[in-house]
Amino acid sequence: MNGAQDLGGMMGFGPALAEPDEPVFHAEWEKRALALTLAMGALGEWNIDMSRHARESLHPVDYLSSSYYEVWLKGLEKLLIAGGLARAEELAEGRALAPSKPTKPPLAAGAVVKALAEGTPYDRSQASPARFSVGDDVRALNLHPPRHTRLPRYARGRRGRVEKIHGVFVFPDANARGLGESPQWLYSVRFSGAELWGADGDRNHDVSVDAWESYLEEAKA
Amino acid sequence: MAPHSSPIGGAAQTHAHDHEDGGLSDMAIRVRALESLLIEKGYVDPAALDAIVETYESKIGPRNGARVVARSWVDPAYRKWLLEDATAAIGSLGYSGRQGEHMVAVENTPEVHNMVVCTLCSCYPWPVLGLPPVWYKSAPYRSRAVIDPRGVLSEFGVSLPPSMKIRVWDSTAEIRYLVVPMRPDGTEGWSEEQLASLVTRDSMIGTGFALDPRSLAPESAP
Repeated sequence: MNGAQDLGGMMGFGPALAEPDEPVFHAEWEKRALALTLAMGALGEWNIDMSRHARESLHPVDYLSSSYYEVWLKGLEKLLIAGGLARAEELAEGRALAPSKPTKPPLAAGAVVKALAEGTPYDRSQASPARFSVGDDVRALNLHPPRHTRLPRYARGRRGRVEKIHGVFVFPDANARGLGESPQWLYSVRFSGAELWGADGDRNHDVSVDAWESYLEEAKA
Repeated sequence: MAPHSSPIGGAAQTHAHDHEDGGLSDMAIRVRALESLLIEKGYVDPAALDAIVETYESKIGPRNGARVVARSWVDPAYRKWLLEDATAAIGSLGYSGRQGEHMVAVENTPEVHNMVVCTLCSCYPWPVLGLPPVWYKSAPYRSRAVIDPRGVLSEFGVSLPPSMKIRVWDSTAEIRYLVVPMRPDGTEGWSEEQLASLVTRDSMIGTGFALDPRSLAPESAP
């Protein structure tokens, strides 16, 4: 979706300001927001693409005026309600007013280190050959789905070159909707700065985007 | 308290979420309510929450990535492996898992400078760099890294010759990128551990260089 999360190429936000000796967390609640998000994710009631969509579908004003862990928290609350795990009034009161939804057992403290070290691989077996090869000229399709997608706006309609084939990966556009993993070939596609942003100004840079096969078409000469 | 948990849209002039008097902020109250609810409902174990925080606060951070880079500086075979199969090469040093399941390492050279961004959210290689800094997650960096990387780099005090090609890697999938900075001059004969002390977090994102050994205090040089 063309939401506030799709920031590449926007202007007016001012300089990137690094904080000297920045701490890992800026408040105690940020620690808990992170931990709650990861622990709830471990229940498997949703996947990472659903999480990302819950965050990016916040109202753009809300998204941009919230800190990152606020966005995580608001996304988590949306997922809890949408998934039938909690009601809005329970979130407001901080206590249970309805029975719990049956789920897997909660992530145990003793299982945390192992679970984090294993992660969740997203590559899948290769059922069909890749459509594109390294060196192929491709064009990113001009797609504007009103749903989760991982093709940034600035790349749509632009011509690039396949530089690496990563393998077959879970397709987020489908996975975010609960339609299954629908794995597809994933490519690293390299675009020139001039192709993306026009030839004027300093464009001696290239931008590489990881793009699933259905985001791409063969570029006509 | 914390002045820098700024909104994604940019640096806040004033801050609404932390109270100088030590009282609980709105967000602190909201998160506390949520945690109580999720514990009561049996969805989370509070000890597991503590273990997650402990992991990212004190165990996983940019020292991990620095070890990977230092190894690649002293061991050509390891460097080759890292550039060909970063997930395995990094995993061999014990770093793996969440938000680093699929790693790619990109090397800086005298001709090419790499930098990493996630324009769509804040994807970042947690097992090697830890949790991302606020600026990495914020709109000023995410919006401009792809259109004006030189301008962004200048804000980090990094100046590159116009002839140097910048390669920007937008982390739009589950591939996570680690920049391998160039080994600084004047480090011949340094041990791997000494070299790792020169590898900054920003140098592995691409918004900085490895430290110049001459910038270190004399007692820390070999």
